[in-house]
Amino acid sequence: MARSICKRIALMFLLLIGMSFLVFASLYIAPGDPASMVAGPSATEEDIANIRVSLGLDKPFLVQYFMYLKRLVHLDLGMSYTSRQPILSELLVRLPHTLNLACAAMIISVFLGVPAGILTALHKDSFIDNFLTTSSLILLSIPNFLLGVILMYFFGVKFKLLPVGGMEHFFWTPEGFREAILPAFALATGTMASFIRLGRSAMLDVMQTDYIRTAKSKGLKRGAIIFGHAFRNALIPLVTQFGTSFGGLLGGAIITEQVFVINGIGTYLINGIRNYNYPVVQSTVLLIAAMFILINLIVDILYCVIDPRIKLQG
Amino acid sequence: MSDIRRTNPFRTAVNKLLKNKLAVVCLVILVVEILMVIFAPLITPYDFSEQDPSIRLRPGFWAQWTEITDPEAPGYNKKNQYVPGHYLGTDAFGRDVFARILYGGRISLTVGVISTLMGLLVGVTCGLLAAYFPKLDNPIMRVMDLLFAFPSILLAMLIIAMLGINIINTTIAIAIWSIPSFARMVRGKALQVKEEDYIMATRSLGARDSRILFQHILKNCMPTIIVIATMRMASSLISISTLSYLGMGVVPPQPEWGDMISAAKEQMWNRPSLTFVPGVVVMVTVICFNILGDKLRDILDPSLKD
Repeated sequence: MARSICKRIALMFLLLIGMSFLVFASLYIAPGDPASMVAGPSATEEDIANIRVSLGLDKPFLVQYFMYLKRLVHLDLGMSYTSRQPILSELLVRLPHTLNLACAAMIISVFLGVPAGILTALHKDSFIDNFLTTSSLILLSIPNFLLGVILMYFFGVKFKLLPVGGMEHFFWTPEGFREAILPAFALATGTMASFIRLGRSAMLDVMQTDYIRTAKSKGLKRGAIIFGHAFRNALIPLVTQFGTSFGGLLGGAIITEQVFVINGIGTYLINGIRNYNYPVVQSTVLLIAAMFILINLIVDILYCVIDPRIKLQG
Repeated sequence: MSDIRRTNPFRTAVNKLLKNKLAVVCLVILVVEILMVIFAPLITPYDFSEQDPSIRLRPGFWAQWTEITDPEAPGYNKKNQYVPGHYLGTDAFGRDVFARILYGGRISLTVGVISTLMGLLVGVTCGLLAAYFPKLDNPIMRVMDLLFAFPSILLAMLIIAMLGINIINTTIAIAIWSIPSFARMVRGKALQVKEEDYIMATRSLGARDSRILFQHILKNCMPTIIVIATMRMASSLISISTLSYLGMGVVPPQPEWGDMISAAKEQMWNRPSLTFVPGVVVMVTVICFNILGDKLRDILDPSLKD
């Protein structure tokens, strides 16, 4: 097992390097001259030329890429063109806001989605099943931003029950909880829908296995079968979904942050794109993607700890 | 013996689909919507950019039922009156919302269709090549893994950052974003088809690789491709409206559904219909594509269910 975990980690590094190359290359060919952006509007031709040399922008593409990698390893993400501050510190200030939102959304989707999925499986083809399966399709079809706007209108503007925007506190504090409900719910729906669908099919699969039949023929009570035997086994495929979903939530948070005016890394990224602030775009995209890869790796390892039958592949 | 007739699999699938009421409803909604969008100039006399400052922020037809028409009565407000002809009301510049929905649909649906087709073309080719030529499998699929490693809409945003903000680049970005889904699914299906006896038979008859690949394997992957394309169409529509909402889609005054929702933000308090009308249109369209995709999958390729 240790060997396959090592292999997995090595693959993750390859993926990260590939990703950094893709991100670097895509913004290398983007229009605009970084040297004149760094120099500012009042710089002379000579200043710009000096800056170009000092940043190494006169070097060939691959050399520049390796310089970029070297800086990345030293956690030097460069300077923001607009604020002239180091990007790393700007990201670290904003990251907790995004994680706060994504974690709150994850909790909502797991604690509503998984029980709903299991409920549909236990009452297959009943009214509850049809109702929840159809609503999960509808939840999947509403764009996040639209749901955010609708929730904001009803709960924030019309009935004034919850704050309309901003997430300044962590969601486990009383103020933070009220602030988190709307944005987290708006972000969670897609993930929740996938948990409902996956929970349903996982539970249906488990209920058809031999050991459940044995448990039934032993005369075990329905509750004991469901919670003692079936539920625990149905959770296994859901663990993988957890990894993919968290990445999706981090990506989706970019949009929800815009709707609810939350100063997270998503807002930072969008402002970066609007202002042609390439180092900011590079670093934010890389950070989100790297977190996604890392979470998937952790989930993969967890997966084989939970279920020793599964061997890590690749 | 009489049962042995040549059946057209396409016709069988269409017949099955037409027996499903929900699928027919969705199909009808989409066809009507597409026709309305194409023939927009015949349906509405207004232009999407025509401003009329005298009728800013008017409500739609629903205001007729509740409005106070007597100028003497308390609560009378000329600004809350429905202006006949502007069925869905007007926006902050006095532009007709119905016309903007119709012309905006041209952008949303065109971008959706073109980006899905572009993604399909490249993705299906990659998937087929990866499945058929073992040497190409690893390089192609590792690139797809790399593209898959950007969660959600992040990849589309990176591409827009690289190319600049305009509608063509947005289309390209959404297309590239959908390539890996096509490639993965088609590769999986093509690997199965490749092992079938009739492929072996064709090969032993001396057929060339290109013929086997495009004439036989591609044809047998078609059901899968149709299902994925319908579902991708739904995600493309969500993406284009989301990117427009974020200001990375159309250039004003060109309307687009997501952009209309974004523009309505400031009017949320006094004219929420400006948000809800385009919102409902986006939602209904996406739901129809998703349900259609769901039913098509049940008919054409139930193995895709997980």
